Amino acid sequence: MTGRTARLPPAARAIVDGDRRVLARTITQVENGDPSVDRVIRSLYPRAGRAPVVGITGPLGVGKSSLVNALVGRLRSLGQSVGVVGVDPSSPFTGGSVLGDRIRLERRADDTGVFFRSMASRGAAGGVAAATREVARLMDAAGFDVVLVETVGSGQVDVAIREVATTRVVVLVPHLGDEVQTLKAGLFEIADVFCVNKSDLPGSELARRDLTEYVGLGPKDAGWTPRVVATSTLTPSGIPDLVAAFDAHEAYLDASGGRTEGERRRLAVEIVGLVRDRVGRELTGRLERDPALRQLLDEVVARRIDPRTAAERLAAGAVRGA
Amino acid sequence: MAKARASKKAPIRVLIAKPGLDGHDRGAKVVARALRDAGMEVIYAGLRQTPEEIVRAALEEDVDLIGLSILSGAHMALFPRILTLLKVQGGRSIPVFAGGIIPDEDARRLKRAGIRAIFGPGTSLEEIVTTAQSLAHRAS
Repeated sequence: MTGRTARLPPAARAIVDGDRRVLARTITQVENGDPSVDRVIRSLYPRAGRAPVVGITGPLGVGKSSLVNALVGRLRSLGQSVGVVGVDPSSPFTGGSVLGDRIRLERRADDTGVFFRSMASRGAAGGVAAATREVARLMDAAGFDVVLVETVGSGQVDVAIREVATTRVVVLVPHLGDEVQTLKAGLFEIADVFCVNKSDLPGSELARRDLTEYVGLGPKDAGWTPRVVATSTLTPSGIPDLVAAFDAHEAYLDASGGRTEGERRRLAVEIVGLVRDRVGRELTGRLERDPALRQLLDEVVARRIDPRTAAERLAAGAVRGA
Repeated sequence: MAKARASKKAPIRVLIAKPGLDGHDRGAKVVARALRDAGMEVIYAGLRQTPEEIVRAALEEDVDLIGLSILSGAHMALFPRILTLLKVQGGRSIPVFAGGIIPDEDARRLKRAGIRAIFGPGTSLEEIVTTAQSLAHRAS
């Protein structure tokens, strides 16, 4: 281990050795797309992939932040260290953001077993920021036993957490709608665990029954049937059940081979995304600078070439250049 | 390690916190909203924070700036403690500004101790935003 540590760039080594200040600064650099952090990120990749990354998603106001706080408390009492990424929306108008997930965090001023980072979505759709995946991976490499990712309050199609988390918890509350809502596509499809939060409120038993019925409609040979757990952060109750439910899903991933399969799928999406970003940036730049490409664009404007043909030529060039 | 900004477009990150025991955070919320509308990422830490929690949050969140709001009168005890903790824990370069009910004589002493700007009741939001922006840019 010492041999491998010795070859790490200084910032990566500091992160592995538990320097939280360097971790915090590196996260900022990742968020800002700072190219100087490239080597650090690359060198830490082999050290990640150990920690479960548990996504906490669901509509706004269902109590995700309070739940995350309760989960941190439970995991700490089990002796596990926890990294948290709390994502909140950026303004599409000003780029500004109020990041308030931290407000629910209980007093842990001297607990080095917890690291909480608030993150603005910065224009990304789907419930997480572009940097969320790499930041979760950094926390994993930094040695946290569990990484929790709290998404932006989600709508029905905000399922980007699927590309980040190994276990997805969809948090709901009583009276969100009748059982037909559970049949709708999107958010409900990504749940490994359903959590009916605020279960101290009337109607929670019905919500739980609807969800249990919904998961029972799935194929009988599915390897994993989503668990339904009721929680309240007020009473509090059900928090150990929630931890047990995502532990059970993680154990299932290991036993079934689903972990590697899920990882392969997510990494393929990530790599294609990185290529798309890079090629997109490159082409946008060249369309402005490169005379040949500007001429191609002129031809399209003059309607001598159509956009599909132009795109084909550009794509062929990009693939050859790779 | 110098604060790394990939581009000037990276938003300013600012922590807004209320140290001490008073339970009134309307002022802090108004300022948080104004800074948001000015394009900043505002980490809102909320009420009744200890100096230790505030400094911990500032370092984990890697903020460019800290804004403290206080109405309880305990500023002469809490603010210097926050500045000391920042120094000890490697956050010396993070500028701190404050707002609330702070008598002039106290304000002078706190500025000497290192609080970079102090806003009393009636300060315009434009002034707070402009000062916050220039403090963050000077520090980076």
